[in-house]
Amino acid sequence: MLSRHANELYWMARHIERAENTARLLDVTYRTSLLPYQVREAGLAWADPWSVPLITLGLATSYYERHPELTAENALRFMILEPSNTSSIHACLRAARESARTVRGAITSEMYEDLNSAWIEMRAYDYERIQSRGVSDFLDWVKMRSHLFRGVTFGTMLRDEAYHFIRLGTHMERADNTARILDTKYHILLPSVADVGGAVDYYQWASLLQSLSGFESYRKIYSDVIAPRRIAELLILRDDMPRSLHCCMNFIHDTLELLCDAQTREVERRAGEMHARLHYGRTDDIMEFGLHEYLMDFLEHISGLGDEVSRAFLVPV
Amino acid sequence: MSSPIYDEMRTEDGDVRPHYRPFADWLERTPPDRIAQKREEAERLFHRVGITFAVYGEQSGTERLIPFDLVPRIIPADEWRRLEAGLVQRVRALNLFLSDIYHAQSILRAGVIPAERVLGNAQYRREMVGVDVPGGIYAHVAGIDVVRADGGEYCVLEDNLRVPSGVSYMLENRKMMMRLFPELFATRSIRPIQHYPDRLLENLRAVAPAGEERPTVAVLTPGAWNSAYFEHAFLAQQMGVELVEGQDLFVQDDTVYMRTTRGPQRVHVLYRRVDDDFLDPLAFRPDSMLGVPGIFAAYRAGRVTLANAIGTGVADDKSIYPYVPDMIRFYLTEEPLLANVPTLLLSRDDDRADALARLDQLVVKEVHGAGGYGMLIGPAATAAERDAFRQRILAAPARYIAQPTLALSTCPTFVAAGLAPRHVDLRPYVLAGKGVGLVPGGLTRVALREGSLVVNSSQGGGTKDTWVLAPDEAC
Repeated sequence: MLSRHANELYWMARHIERAENTARLLDVTYRTSLLPYQVREAGLAWADPWSVPLITLGLATSYYERHPELTAENALRFMILEPSNTSSIHACLRAARESARTVRGAITSEMYEDLNSAWIEMRAYDYERIQSRGVSDFLDWVKMRSHLFRGVTFGTMLRDEAYHFIRLGTHMERADNTARILDTKYHILLPSVADVGGAVDYYQWASLLQSLSGFESYRKIYSDVIAPRRIAELLILRDDMPRSLHCCMNFIHDTLELLCDAQTREVERRAGEMHARLHYGRTDDIMEFGLHEYLMDFLEHISGLGDEVSRAFLVPV
Repeated sequence: MSSPIYDEMRTEDGDVRPHYRPFADWLERTPPDRIAQKREEAERLFHRVGITFAVYGEQSGTERLIPFDLVPRIIPADEWRRLEAGLVQRVRALNLFLSDIYHAQSILRAGVIPAERVLGNAQYRREMVGVDVPGGIYAHVAGIDVVRADGGEYCVLEDNLRVPSGVSYMLENRKMMMRLFPELFATRSIRPIQHYPDRLLENLRAVAPAGEERPTVAVLTPGAWNSAYFEHAFLAQQMGVELVEGQDLFVQDDTVYMRTTRGPQRVHVLYRRVDDDFLDPLAFRPDSMLGVPGIFAAYRAGRVTLANAIGTGVADDKSIYPYVPDMIRFYLTEEPLLANVPTLLLSRDDDRADALARLDQLVVKEVHGAGGYGMLIGPAATAAERDAFRQRILAAPARYIAQPTLALSTCPTFVAAGLAPRHVDLRPYVLAGKGVGLVPGGLTRVALREGSLVVNSSQGGGTKDTWVLAPDEAC
């Protein structure tokens, strides 16, 4: 298929997945912000839970260019509605729809119609409407639109190259985003060291699990209290957990095996190397290395893999 | 002006014509609120499907719906048979004309058309002289605009042989009507048109460079911001071929390739929706960002087929149009089955004198104009407007033609106040390559403003589904 079309499809899928994950990140922040015992001090903006999505997505600077103060309302406006913030839900849905419009010949009409109607609905939202509907309700809507899109794709599309590039985009973005959401816990402060393992700590981990749709699975698998070590295992190493890094790398590696030929074998090798680290990795080693450090290292690798994919297939020189 | 306006649905006495009767009965039976609800549904669906067109000059990214009207334009079987034969005849003659003027020029030497009018025409492409194109086909897709003149006879208003658009609306309008009112289709034999993309692909494959077993066809678009982008993408998808832009293609050794995820892939036939001028910056406009450097050389070498061919614009020019009936007689030795609208060429002294004497009765058009821009509708214009146009004609008479103001037929149409007659035209799409033929139908455009004769979508026109009835349909 045309490189330019592959590029649009890949980014269409990434933007939909990004919209969903931005919603998940806001969801965990929103839940956390409702918990008691917040660390809120004047002049300590970074201690506010609303700084977390900005930090994890690397958007703090561009936020403060627009808003002098950190407030829940401003953060929500920035992350949901701000057109110039490329991670905002508004910008992601618009970009996905634009890509779909460009390549509508390469996707099914159901897929295009789905993205087009998502965008038409999104355009009708302003802050007041989101508030009156309820923030959580709106975020659920975003997640459902993303599920719907994947369902339509899965249910209608020919398993051709176009499909593989969409799948690749989805899982590259999801791997990146799961790592970032997991890392949020590192940035959320506890009132004091004594609270580690306490009630607040517990609720923070629980809301993180919920935002990644992992709470029920956690209960099913471990039938035990929530512990960071198990959460790391669940969302990094288990390959039966659809948002885990291992599961994402399974998809990425399998897809690249289908897409690569002799000229592009290096891309697949790199993905295989990353996959092997997850496939044969141990939770103890991760915890010992440091969860935050481990996730930072993963983010660097997945971003490097993205560059390779781009060079090999999407924007050939 | 004397005879009353022909209405597609009703006779002069107000009776419903036989071929409209089942529809009129249905309309009477159907409660108005159901119709209103269906109209809303149609609008919502068109938005969701994204059948929009970009509007130039408005804020970038503006997309609008072309209004769709629920009352179909219905054509009885025998009427269609005559129309079809006339259209096929016309397109055969136009292709023979194009082949002739870029080769032997026998029609010019025979004095049927003044040589100067063709060779001096801005649309005549000297670069094409002596270039052989597969099958001698130049206009692979022809949109022929047909109207009913006084008395109800069909006649051709205009030939569109460059990159005629609108066929996606023809197809989507049918899909919409079948979705909204399946009961109308269950009880009548309305001839299907949905095989148009298959026929198009078949015709494009038939004109591939010789020796290609399985030629690769692609649609070439100027890009996502072109007003007809939806249609380009739609046709590519329906044919199952790639939709390419200039930046996706490159030429090496007179061969055209597209850049793919698996390296370069050869393209044999381009259904191009980019104007001649922008196709190749090396051969035509050097500032074109849409084109493919070197593609004209590949074309001349017979390594790629362009549909439509380069240089077809001379045959649909309004100053050549009056000669089409003569072309039919010259090349086919047949009498034209479809009439032209009587046309005055204002570069001719006696035609001009005649036209200037009765500007208040005529429509004056620019020879190269399109889209309903730059025209004078005499009866609707003020004396001052007519005077201003008179000066423009005298300054450059060769730029204009004049035609009588046609009483275009009307068709009932939903407007704010309910059902009212509005003027319509018809654009069937004739395909050439593997023979010459067309699917039974076309795009019916309707002027939504009361009394308006301008049906172009850029000027507030809408569209209707067009039904051609099967021969076994009782009436």
